[in-house]
Amino acid sequence: MHKILMESPGEKMLMLGNEAIARGAIEAGVAFTSTYPGTPSSEISLNFFQASQESDLYFEYSSNEKVALEVSAAAANAGLRSMAVMKHVGLNVAADALMTLAYVGVKGGLVILTADDPFMFSSQNEQDNRYYAKLSGLPLVEPSSVPEAKELVGYALDISEQLQEPVIFRTTTRINHSTGVVTFGKLKPRKTKGEFAKDPLNLVTVPAVSRKLHVKLLENYDKAKALSETSPFNIIEGDGAMGIICNGVSYNYVRDAVNDLKISDRVRVLRIGFSHPLPEKMIKAFLKSCDKVLVVEEGEPYMEEAAKAFAQEEKLDLPINGKTVGKLTRLYEYSPAQVREAIAGYFDVAYQAPALPDLSDVPAVPQRPPTLCAGCSHRATYYEVAKAAEGMATIYPTDIGCYTLGLLPPLSMADFLLCMGSSVGTACGFSKATDQKVIAFIGDSTFFHSGIPGLVNAVFNNCNFTLVILDNGTTAMTGHQPNPGVDMERLNLPGYGRVSIEKVVKAIGVPHVTVIKPYKVKKSIEQIQEAISYKGVSVIISEEVCALYAKALKLPRRKPFRVSEKCQNHRDCIEGLACPAFYVWNERVKIDADMCTGCALCAQICPENAILPVKADA
Amino acid sequence: MDTTKLVIVAVGGQGNLLASSVLGEAALMSDIPLHMSEIHGMAQRGGVVESALVFGDAHSTIISDGEADILVGFEPAETLRAINKCNADTVVITNLAPLMPFTVNIGQGVYPDLAQLQDLIRSKTRKLIAFNAASLAKEAGNSLAVNMVLLGALVQTGVLPLSKETVQEAMRRKTKAAFLDSNLKAFEMGFKAAESNSD
Repeated sequence: MHKILMESPGEKMLMLGNEAIARGAIEAGVAFTSTYPGTPSSEISLNFFQASQESDLYFEYSSNEKVALEVSAAAANAGLRSMAVMKHVGLNVAADALMTLAYVGVKGGLVILTADDPFMFSSQNEQDNRYYAKLSGLPLVEPSSVPEAKELVGYALDISEQLQEPVIFRTTTRINHSTGVVTFGKLKPRKTKGEFAKDPLNLVTVPAVSRKLHVKLLENYDKAKALSETSPFNIIEGDGAMGIICNGVSYNYVRDAVNDLKISDRVRVLRIGFSHPLPEKMIKAFLKSCDKVLVVEEGEPYMEEAAKAFAQEEKLDLPINGKTVGKLTRLYEYSPAQVREAIAGYFDVAYQAPALPDLSDVPAVPQRPPTLCAGCSHRATYYEVAKAAEGMATIYPTDIGCYTLGLLPPLSMADFLLCMGSSVGTACGFSKATDQKVIAFIGDSTFFHSGIPGLVNAVFNNCNFTLVILDNGTTAMTGHQPNPGVDMERLNLPGYGRVSIEKVVKAIGVPHVTVIKPYKVKKSIEQIQEAISYKGVSVIISEEVCALYAKALKLPRRKPFRVSEKCQNHRDCIEGLACPAFYVWNERVKIDADMCTGCALCAQICPENAILPVKADA
Repeated sequence: MDTTKLVIVAVGGQGNLLASSVLGEAALMSDIPLHMSEIHGMAQRGGVVESALVFGDAHSTIISDGEADILVGFEPAETLRAINKCNADTVVITNLAPLMPFTVNIGQGVYPDLAQLQDLIRSKTRKLIAFNAASLAKEAGNSLAVNMVLLGALVQTGVLPLSKETVQEAMRRKTKAAFLDSNLKAFEMGFKAAESNSD
């Protein structure tokens, strides 16, 4: 049985933050879940996906985050405990639904999980989604540890049902991808079938209805504030005139720093877990009890600004600082040392920072950036497009997925990127604003997510560019989740539909559509040349299964290749493709047969035809 | 109890996360508080995977520069890259079998000289244990068991508050049955290698 479904209260288990959150949802009786995958949130939904296959939990991979939120919002309005899971930038996609769902509210509890990514370990920005709570007026909670994350899910659902509105649950990467010991609680029974009661004058947001609902939202805000004042997740610890306000993982760094600096008898810590609305009275009383306050929060000065405003209202003139102290900034994630140093400096505590090693004589270690896998079909497509477009002044708008790694040399096939789906919209703009040849790249999952409206726009506005849809049959970057184009039968999962990218593209009215098989190099280059010389919107669908996914599915393997004696050391292969299966040994190019997937791309571009399949007996 | 801070660095696919999970299980079995975190966003794409494990009474799940008590590098250049986590009192264990970054393969960087690399690490830390864990793994009958070899060496140093027997039991619980024998053998070989590898 899946561990998040196990009925074994009291059992202690090491869990990844994301597993603990999924477990917390099941313990709290969540019956309905939806997501669009995105790091660092992905393992939450992976656990739901697995658990849904052996229980009556409903889970779906939705086509994007807006749809995921709408799906769960409907379920919650039919009375089911629901959860929509996404990464922080996913909430931008879902924001349109979010802002008005705040007015409409829910019947069953709804938790909207947003996984923020300070330092941008795997994201295009590090926005602080606490501001979505402020913007929407909805409650927001955030945990400081893995075990707390599990408990907080149930709490958030309870508040949601009490206030009849969704609750935002904010994590950061260091919660999602930390591991800690959690103690299993009891499982609440799931109510899996809901019933929707018609109530159009409260649920259909025409202006007259919304004017009324906004009043309700503000009343709810006051109720939520009262809950925040007494929330067990807003905690004051210690006693002293030095005050520290903190949240999330910063709380851990503060606790360790207070211990390391041996100032626990002089410091009073306010940990905020219910971050919106902030507990105003509690914070004001806290400020009054301190001589000086430091706010330790990653990201934006959300609590700092609030604390300063509260102090002004109370006519308090104690120093309150955060983002200007020591190395505490709005950038990246904090570290324990950074927090320790800031506390010591701010409160004049004697502290000798540990001596860092002198690294002046350490040579530069060669970079090891993530790269397209050995045998990745994107490499083949990129090589072929570059060949086909040789001599043209090109712009390559790209999109979000593994193929973004085509940015790196020697491929260098990415020029512009904003967000999911932006390859297509920006291609429209570049093609209208310049005379350069625009060739945009988007993956299959991203195309379904938000590429389609851009393509409709291109056809309607008669743009002139080529869109290459890199269809590798899975959502590869985030861990091979299904998308609407995926053949679910292959995963032995019946009961799903399947959407053909080619049919969608044709139905949109794209006048020039080509399907290529990227491992056939010569033919693909010819097909690409024809497509990119077309004046108007052309689409190339490059179909080849993800090499990693093929391995996971145990698809038949091709024979690996080797560099034979015929090699004249031109190095077109290694220098042009940089496949990680290549290495240089005694000045000669070699192929690591364990890594080589036998895609034969290099064999087809070798001027001496020196790259040959490994013989069975070799 | 005092804290012990362990950093493990590896290249995607070397089994760093499994090694961490074995240590996690061992800590759970020994009732030792443990907080750990990992960055593995693009591990399968050949990137670097870093785990931080904090044993004892602490709450942070990450380890600041200069504050690791012990650093284990599954790949020599990655060990050197992580030297900023060390101080003069840190014990370092490194595999000496390189995995060439593709940047080196395409001429964008020079792989550090292994002798110089060891001298550098030795000069900046308390102790360096360096050996070819890949060949020991192969000798143990499982070339993927580099992680278990290094786990053996790690346990031998006695820096962690975990007994050899507990870690072996955790291996039984956390690693695949089919590989258990070769994994245990690899662990033992790593343990012995660390015993004889004194500088």
